[in-house]
Amino acid sequence: MILVFIEAREGKVKKSSLEALSEGKRRADDLNTEANAVLVGHNLENLASEVLPYGASKVYVLENSLLSHYSAAGFSKALFSLVEEIKPEVILFSASSMGKDLAPRLAAKLGVSLASDCTRTNWREGKLEVVRPIFAGKAFATLTFKSSPQMATLRPNVFPLVEPEKRGGEVIKKEVVIPEDQIKAQVLEILREEGAELDVTEAEIVVSGGRGMKGPEKFDLLRELTSLLPHSAVGASRSAVDAGWIDHQHQVGQTGKTVSPNLYIAFGISGAIQHLAGMSSSKYIIAVNKDPEASIFKVADFGVVADLFQVIPFLKKELKKVLSE
Amino acid sequence: MNIFVFVKRVPDTESKIRINHEKRTIVEEGLNFVLNPYDEYAVEEALRLREAKGGKVTVLSVGAEESLVILKKCLAMGADEAFLLKDDTPETYDGLRMAKIIARALEKKFSDYSLLLFGKQSMGADNAQVPSMVAELLGLPQVNVVTKLEIEGNKGIAHREIEGALEKVSFSLPAVISAQKGLNEPRYETLKGIMMAKRKEIPILSFEDLDLKEEDIVPLLEMTKVESPPPRKAGKIIEEEPEEAVKKMVEFLHQEAKVI
Repeated sequence: MILVFIEAREGKVKKSSLEALSEGKRRADDLNTEANAVLVGHNLENLASEVLPYGASKVYVLENSLLSHYSAAGFSKALFSLVEEIKPEVILFSASSMGKDLAPRLAAKLGVSLASDCTRTNWREGKLEVVRPIFAGKAFATLTFKSSPQMATLRPNVFPLVEPEKRGGEVIKKEVVIPEDQIKAQVLEILREEGAELDVTEAEIVVSGGRGMKGPEKFDLLRELTSLLPHSAVGASRSAVDAGWIDHQHQVGQTGKTVSPNLYIAFGISGAIQHLAGMSSSKYIIAVNKDPEASIFKVADFGVVADLFQVIPFLKKELKKVLSE
Repeated sequence: MNIFVFVKRVPDTESKIRINHEKRTIVEEGLNFVLNPYDEYAVEEALRLREAKGGKVTVLSVGAEESLVILKKCLAMGADEAFLLKDDTPETYDGLRMAKIIARALEKKFSDYSLLLFGKQSMGADNAQVPSMVAELLGLPQVNVVTKLEIEGNKGIAHREIEGALEKVSFSLPAVISAQKGLNEPRYETLKGIMMAKRKEIPILSFEDLDLKEEDIVPLLEMTKVESPPPRKAGKIIEEEPEEAVKKMVEFLHQEAKVI
């Protein structure tokens, strides 16, 4: 049986968790076994109905008022007790911020190793085999596990969702015991930038700027484009971040975030190795750069050799036209 | 405050990665190795905390003797002491193995810690596992991917980066913190620092010193293959007037890529 952790933030199920469940469902179907899901928190029962359509045979809801805010210690304790009871062969998480924080804590509690940020899963001789990028995608490692349960986190935006449909499925609520003194770190509040944009790791379209943007105020041009494009976010190269033009949260590349959106548009980015590592698994890449020799063109599906400041106004106009049709 | 920082030697980000398919590993020859950039933020934060609150900064690395170079760098930045836990095993990409070594070292040799600082991940393995695993093995609170840290007495407040927002987290010491870019601007080593670092001994500890047996730290992940990423097919590059170029670009997006 495969168990998939479902992340809920501010009363919503995270899409990347449903991607992980979808992948779990596909692997479970291969072996004619079950994919089950688990929610952890306080008063989350109503969310179970959002999870069932993605293929969970059972949705466990682990409940305790101390779990109303996320803590690695509390959540891993709750999950540990469920894992001990139902003994899954495989446990999957999304490699979201929470998944990356929680999965290793649970793995250490169980005394098992963990494969992080995987981009492929399959079975080999009845055992899970995963592929994961190393060196930010400059290489890919195939791994199998010598400990059980086999645990992996799955990169967001890589695994397709199964078609949601009305399926049967059981919701099992469990009160878990959490000793209060074990939670020694607690989230006080979530600080959100005003007009906060979608995170680059979650966006389906990333519009990025590099040194060619020439200054911080020019990033507004990219924000204007993301305001037109659905599920999009503004990204940046390291040189733009290091110049102080935009916050490092937006940085794509080896010292920033690795992204795999449907579409990556690079404006004025030369394409340093460390940047390419972070975005070359995007499905489509478009590059605009004045320099015809820029390395970014080597990975672009569509490249335009031109001044980005001349391109963007036309692009806005054309996008508005196409999107209104 | 007794602060420990854990650092790793990694290939720099400009490195082209070549693969030895037979040995299922990357080719280290010709690579330029540096102190893991995220660890540099951790070292800097430790030094700032010591400057503000007093105490001691000890830096540890687990690895081959080549790692002495990055430990020297940390001493030159201003760390008080550095230790190498000698491990000649090639990279296993197994975070649990590393966490067990570190947790054991802390229990056996350095049990008087108030803060354990890490980089949020090591460049290359990209696991981001070790800090949380060490926290679990030692029963400590953890705050990962931290961009702001304040310590007051035996309590702290940290800002942790999550998707499009920050979590403000309060925690008690001792604790595990992992550093994200943005936490600070690491200092350069001064000439004086480099001279001082030269005179400092870096003790080397073995697994025997930690009562660790090989069977306690067998990697539980097996790497069966290492490959280069699939090459991207060469695309269309056009040099035309911007207006015309944009029309073709949007047509590509709409009809070929079907993204809009």
